[in-house]
Amino acid sequence: MGDHHHGPAKGLSRWLFATNHKDIGTMYLWFSFAMFLVGGAFAMIIRAELFQPGMQLIRPEFFNQMTTMHGLIMVFGAIMPAFVGLANWMIPMMIGAPDMALPRMNNWSFWILPPAFLLLLATMFMPGGGPAFGWTFYAPLSTTYAPPSVTFFIFGVHILGLSSIMGSINIVATVMNLRAPGMTYMKMPLFVWTWFITAYLLIAVMPVLAGAVTMMLMDIHFGTSFFSAAGGGDPVLFQHVFWFFGHPEVYIIILPAFGVVSQIIPAFARKPLFGYDSMVYATASIAFLSFIVWAHHMYTVGMPIAGELFFMYATMLIAVPTGVKVFNWITTMWRGAMTFETPMLFCIGFVVLFTIGGFTGLMLSIAPSDFQYHDSYFVVAHFHYVMVAGAVFSMTAAVYYWLPKWCGKMYNETMGKTHFWISFIGFNVTFFPQHFVGLAGMPRRIPDYALQFADFNMISSIGAFIYGASQLLFLYNVIATIVGGKPVSDEKVWEGAEGLEWTVPTPAPFHTFSTPPQVR
Amino acid sequence: MRPFGDNPVALTVAKMAAVVVLMFSFVFVVMVPLYNVLCDALGINGKTSGVAYEAATIQVDESREITIQFIATNSDGMPWEFRPSQTMMKVNPGAVNDTVFLARNPLERDMVAQAIPSVSPARAAEYFHKTECFCFNNQPLDGLQSTEMPLQFIVDQDLPRDIRTITLSYTMFDITEMASDAIASR
Repeated sequence: MGDHHHGPAKGLSRWLFATNHKDIGTMYLWFSFAMFLVGGAFAMIIRAELFQPGMQLIRPEFFNQMTTMHGLIMVFGAIMPAFVGLANWMIPMMIGAPDMALPRMNNWSFWILPPAFLLLLATMFMPGGGPAFGWTFYAPLSTTYAPPSVTFFIFGVHILGLSSIMGSINIVATVMNLRAPGMTYMKMPLFVWTWFITAYLLIAVMPVLAGAVTMMLMDIHFGTSFFSAAGGGDPVLFQHVFWFFGHPEVYIIILPAFGVVSQIIPAFARKPLFGYDSMVYATASIAFLSFIVWAHHMYTVGMPIAGELFFMYATMLIAVPTGVKVFNWITTMWRGAMTFETPMLFCIGFVVLFTIGGFTGLMLSIAPSDFQYHDSYFVVAHFHYVMVAGAVFSMTAAVYYWLPKWCGKMYNETMGKTHFWISFIGFNVTFFPQHFVGLAGMPRRIPDYALQFADFNMISSIGAFIYGASQLLFLYNVIATIVGGKPVSDEKVWEGAEGLEWTVPTPAPFHTFSTPPQVR
Repeated sequence: MRPFGDNPVALTVAKMAAVVVLMFSFVFVVMVPLYNVLCDALGINGKTSGVAYEAATIQVDESREITIQFIATNSDGMPWEFRPSQTMMKVNPGAVNDTVFLARNPLERDMVAQAIPSVSPARAAEYFHKTECFCFNNQPLDGLQSTEMPLQFIVDQDLPRDIRTITLSYTMFDITEMASDAIASR
């Protein structure tokens, strides 16, 4: 492993048999971007249908498949693999390791992903159509009333769960065993810290998801009744099991985003991150709390008052460590010598919009109010503020920030800034009005709506088309950079950037840190 | 690179794999049984006890009357005619009450059904005691036959005073296939 120097293999085998963390990271990033475009196309279909009230373009059954597949693809196919790709690229370079601890398993955890998503997408061409029960696949919609293709969906979830588990074990093994001499835990860059904790979350909850879909499989094919009242089971049990996975899952998505932002803001504020220790402890607290708040997704199933109160207060408690993080980012910027290159713009956009998403989350955490907000467009607006303006914005920032290091070429700054502003405006035009229609009572996951919601929905759809189109600009900018960007040779691409990844040559050679650096 | 003599990476992987196995078993071995035990013990989620209530010495509370509403529903694809003989009863807490539900199998084949009860408000579930209920057992019914299914219940005299109406709902499920596979145990 890295002790004899050779370049990458030629042709297809370089990628098929890749064990190099940078190659695997690159494949993850491209795969996730492809999935982002597929999931985005589904979102465009949804918004086109909702452009006007009444049924315009597609049948309701297909609409349900679109909302379901959009959610599944974006969560499991776009955001998660994107951050795994970033982890593959950056963690070894940030801790001074030559590669990931388990390079061959790394290859496998990537290469089982494309088949899993091919399987998932193939269900849409099967009799009865693909999954149409929402990305949360509540029983009995996903068992008794599911299309026959649900078995393939279950198998797909098993495979991608396996991929995530293997990827996480690899990250934990790398961070625990391959740090450079002198790189103590409390000297690790925050991106490494957040991924270290995220990996633990994944290892703890992906098996729970696997358990949930296994129970579905058994209910459908082997005559058990985990979720079927007829045989003594309970559909509400599904929701408990799902959200026991699902709530940590939302932090699995957002914690690496926190890490990215904590790397980029200090670089462009030209100040060290304010409150490094508190950032680490806040991340750990959020991870712990994520295990004891799951039932706030299901206030309306008929829980005892004591349960509602417990989950309400526990959920509100998460605002404390999250607030610590937001204030730390703001304090890092405070009186810094700030410049506003594209990565910084996306990070500031992240801080502002994620905070709005956090506040609507607090509103939703209040059990008595949630009975009004539950399953409305308010919820849709809330989680898109944290998922898109949170995870996707930070991921975009990360690509702009590290792309020059990866390929040795500078992206077009004007195009990058244009991408940011179109994204920022498009995003808000799409999702801000959804708060209003949600509070006014428009339910989510419906292909048609009452006439009074028409104007806001049209605005929303226009925003969505703008936001969607801006991602094509992003794609163009990245390809143009790789093909013909202005070469950079400075090791430290950004004036204020700190960390081991900026001590290796630009572009980062195939093998880095074959001899570990000494960290003081 | 570090010496891999005692292979710390393998040790980390083994520990993490153990966590994965543990969490997967946790779903089946802990979460499912724990959920059922909690729902039974606390009477939450509108679930009433699945076994007959052993009547302790209970005094009839003549000071108030509780309205009991009965609802009978067929689950998806269940062809039986299924309804309560009376849709509403007024009862005193502590008194033993009897009613029957009526069922008719309109098909020419023999069927087995299972009724699943649910009480609303859910808070009342632990105060609603059934001493005899057709829901305790599965209900075989030959083709084209009708039956009367008895229900005997007591409303606990400790029922909170703000609850004046209790709705008891039964959903009838077709478990003919499951029963023939001898899977249904309730």
